[in-house]
Amino acid sequence: MKPLSRRQIAWRAAQDIGDGSYVNLGIGLPTLVADFIPDGREIVFHSENGVLGLGKAPSANEIDPDLINAGKGPASLLPGGSFFHHTDAFLMIRGGHLDYSLLGAFEVSGEGDLANWTTEDPDYPPGVGGAMDLAAGAKEVRVLCEHTTKEGAPRIRNACSYPLTAAGVVRRVYTNLAVLDIGRDGVLVREMVEGLGLVELQAKTEPKLRLADDWKPIAAPAV
Amino acid sequence: MINKIVEGLAEAVSDIRDGAVILCAGFGAVGAPDELIDALHEQGARDLTIVSNNAGNGRTGLAGLIASGHVRKVICSYPRSSDSTAFDEAYKAGKIELELVPQGTISERMRCAAAGLGGFYSPVAVGTKLAEGKETREINGRLYVFEKPLKGDVALLKADRADRWGNLTYRKSARNFNPTMAMAAALSIVQVREIVPLGEIDPEGVATPGIFVDRVVELGGKR
Repeated sequence: MKPLSRRQIAWRAAQDIGDGSYVNLGIGLPTLVADFIPDGREIVFHSENGVLGLGKAPSANEIDPDLINAGKGPASLLPGGSFFHHTDAFLMIRGGHLDYSLLGAFEVSGEGDLANWTTEDPDYPPGVGGAMDLAAGAKEVRVLCEHTTKEGAPRIRNACSYPLTAAGVVRRVYTNLAVLDIGRDGVLVREMVEGLGLVELQAKTEPKLRLADDWKPIAAPAV
Repeated sequence: MINKIVEGLAEAVSDIRDGAVILCAGFGAVGAPDELIDALHEQGARDLTIVSNNAGNGRTGLAGLIASGHVRKVICSYPRSSDSTAFDEAYKAGKIELELVPQGTISERMRCAAAGLGGFYSPVAVGTKLAEGKETREINGRLYVFEKPLKGDVALLKADRADRWGNLTYRKSARNFNPTMAMAAALSIVQVREIVPLGEIDPEGVATPGIFVDRVVELGGKR
């Protein structure tokens, strides 16, 4: 059994984003998704600081100090892109105008609760940024994360141990081991990596898993 | 005759008082009125409340104002950055108060003040620590948190071009919080790259109409 790399998790999530979607990619792992959109699909990426139509990272001589992404790194704009102010940027986020918000997570619960904004490290002041807005407002919230912590503890929990970002919002989770759907009747395994069985996956997951009738192995290319 | 142009940074901020609530635009360093903030630092007003997305980085601008103890409280979404030591140190030493607000909520609270409204119900932060102590209400089957308007005594802003009526244009993602903050303060002061003759800004392209602007200072330079 070979877990997916971080880039393969991003590749898998990218396959599900349909042509014409408006999408916000959270900082970290979700940002990689932009690199793996299948050819022929036009996707409009939104940035919380007032940009629609983010393009690829600019080369050194194309960097414009006034054009950055949500991670405050250099950005570029595609033809058809637009700039707008912060209140409109968050109106788009909060008001259900984005098709997908793809977020990283410390933990997700079997009820779709999301914890991704603070580990309550006493050495630093807390910061929330746009995390709660992005978790509350999109048409669909999907999470990309490792299936377990470095210590092997499940990230998909019966209840989140870290403070919540939003309650009951996550519909789909892409991990390095599986694709999971979270619904009213629990957590459904849609896909698993080759060679992994439900018993083994369940051992790394707190909520009770059900295997979808039409489940399949994840076929991720080397990316 | 309307002429909102003032000759220097010092003159622009000369009457800001101790205890003022200052809206400071910018997302990270982009669109941040660093020269106006430095002028306010020199002017010496103390006991300030700063509303800003971040809490400054490096030693100048907002970070300088915080490091020298002029700021009593920061209302922001994300105080940490690559070099936010000024805020981090003041926070650890208990010398500064932090009100953490989700990014879109800060922005909408200011818009709400600008629009003359008494508050709004938001789905963001429901069921989280940032909603503690706030009224929660169910509307059409969904839970919302009541958020109050946030008004500034002063807004410090950065734009690209202005005319003597105070009409403004911005560059790319440097627009961010500037238009909303311009509307939400009793006194709006803007630093701009260039002041142009009245009528030169295409009326279709005015991003902030002059009614929201009180003072304009030209800095020159590339941006």
